[in-house]
Amino acid sequence: MPEEVNDMPFSIPREEFMEPGHTACHGCGATLAMRYVLKALGKDTVVSVPASCWAVIPGAMPNRTLNVPMVYTPFAATGASITGLRVAMDILGKEDCNVVGFAGDGGTADIGLQSLSGAMERGHNVFYIMYDNEGYMNTGVQRSGSTPYGAETTTTPVRAERNFKHQQKKVVADLMMAQGVPYVATATVAYPEDLIRKIVNAKKIAGPKFIQILSPCPTGWYFPTEKTIEISRMAVQSGMFPLYEYSNGKLRVTKPSKTISIRDYVSVQDRFMHLDEEDVSNLQSAVDQRMKNLLDRERETSGA
Amino acid sequence: MTGNEAVAMGVKLANVGFISAYPITPQTTIVEKLAEMVANREIGARYVEVESEHSAMGAVFASELAGVRSYTATSSHGLLYMHEMLHWTAGQRLPVVMSVVNRSIGPPWNIWSEQTDSMNQRDTGWMQVYCESNQEALDTILMGYKIAESKDVMLPLMSMEDAFILSHTSEPVELPSQEEADSFLPRLDLPFRIDTGNPLGYGSYSTPDGPFMELKKDMMESMKNSRQAIKKVTREFADTFGRDYSGLLEEYMMSDADYALIASGTLASTGKYVVKNLREKGLKVGLLRIRFFRPFPDRELIEAVSGLKGVGVLDRSVSFGTAGSMTNEVRAALYGKADIPVAGFIAGLGGRDVRIEDFRKMYSMIADGFSGSTYINARGGE
Repeated sequence: MPEEVNDMPFSIPREEFMEPGHTACHGCGATLAMRYVLKALGKDTVVSVPASCWAVIPGAMPNRTLNVPMVYTPFAATGASITGLRVAMDILGKEDCNVVGFAGDGGTADIGLQSLSGAMERGHNVFYIMYDNEGYMNTGVQRSGSTPYGAETTTTPVRAERNFKHQQKKVVADLMMAQGVPYVATATVAYPEDLIRKIVNAKKIAGPKFIQILSPCPTGWYFPTEKTIEISRMAVQSGMFPLYEYSNGKLRVTKPSKTISIRDYVSVQDRFMHLDEEDVSNLQSAVDQRMKNLLDRERETSGA
Repeated sequence: MTGNEAVAMGVKLANVGFISAYPITPQTTIVEKLAEMVANREIGARYVEVESEHSAMGAVFASELAGVRSYTATSSHGLLYMHEMLHWTAGQRLPVVMSVVNRSIGPPWNIWSEQTDSMNQRDTGWMQVYCESNQEALDTILMGYKIAESKDVMLPLMSMEDAFILSHTSEPVELPSQEEADSFLPRLDLPFRIDTGNPLGYGSYSTPDGPFMELKKDMMESMKNSRQAIKKVTREFADTFGRDYSGLLEEYMMSDADYALIASGTLASTGKYVVKNLREKGLKVGLLRIRFFRPFPDRELIEAVSGLKGVGVLDRSVSFGTAGSMTNEVRAALYGKADIPVAGFIAGLGGRDVRIEDFRKMYSMIADGFSGSTYINARGGE
């Protein structure tokens, strides 16, 4: 476990903004992501959600699961909708209201990337939360730009051609850092205090904030539903999903106290079961390279 | 002032709070003018230039849902790119008003006047007005918000101007004062705005047995209700400002006419000129101008053509595989209700001139009983 997580000055807020009775799959990481984000932000929050698992999780009309207003938008419109919401709230004198886009990885890395990039570039005081379950899970586990190398999905069926996803994961948080978004962080549901602390830190910045939350998906990653937290933790320990915080031009990477290999990480998820030693070693090299890049960047920015 | 300046003045007078747009010729001078007004603090609105038309409507629908009167403008490919969001905005029952400068759709690239762009949006749940003058373009913004925000309507409205012919051409325009505009158009009072004290979901999902079908049915009913709202607001506008736009359908020299052409936008202006000339020669012709294409003025048309010997419909748009979009709708409306031939004319695509002699030809074809569909002033035969 990352050391600073043990030194947290606060525990997880008790207040709940998510009611029981949602319709997510058992073991869904994305529900925890929403729950923690709302605990960190509190009642004065509006959430905009595009087509995604989270458009379905709250239940069919007239049911709802969240105790904050929820605006549903078409797939590509998250960034645009939080633009309109933010400006309208400011016009109405509700500058303190948190405006949050909460989109999946397909809605962020692929179809919503333009709208996201535009909203971040314009500098609105908004949160964009990408809950990353590494594929189009709501539509039945198709490949997205955020699906990692090696994963099998329904549109990258392995079969005789070994047609798993051969491209590396497009990491939107890295793109946002490159774009110069004032606050960028990664988090995952195995470390809720770290996650909440990042949302709280982000809130102090009166500009665009982007937080990518790895949200393991038992249905699409093919692992037992009780393993969500364990796999979320292993993603960090293996370096598959490094936790970092980029704020005021400085990058801080959280080093896990225990590290494991990519072999350990992929062996507990059937989406990777077809990988041979060479494939795993390809993935390990890419992960090592990315971690090195991040640490270099951390050194460069801390010296500044 | 130009049509686009008149539209911008209309937006100013309507006390719009939020403007979001993406530039496209020939809409640009509307949004430039608005950006300038915001920069000069002539209006209190916030202006956000976004990175696409899809996002312009994405931002506008969200701000309207928060309770702020919102506006955007576009043209042509921009309107097509917005298409998904048009359905969403109407489905959320948000009374947004948008200006569309009618421009052709490529390929080939062409920036001139044609109505195919907005005709393609006819099933989105937006009301549609086709303006004939710069004055009407200004006045329609004020009337548009009032119609759209009527409690038994609550549907968005798009107001069209022909590219360049109105958008970039100067005409004398009477400007209402801000006080007059304010007393005509009250502040927006959205009955279901976002409220963190009353957390609701806006636009979640419905199963087949959920309210989905009833919500769509309700939109149809509201579109029906809008006919009364349009007539009421148009009358109020006439009483206040002295300019009468006669509801959904304008009749020109129709009282004793034998033959009529049905047209929209600035083509109707040329048509009126020709009607006057032909009348001087003793020919009993008239013109019907479709102002509102949504809701479609079917009852008004049936009444207006009664007693006629023939009509023709002039379309500046095309629906490949059938005829012009308005021709199809007029034929459907009159079927079984009026026993007269309905000619269909497709003209003026990509900004091609529709000349006085073209109108004369159309009137003479109507008088000859032509009931097919054909092109006007196109090379390569009919």
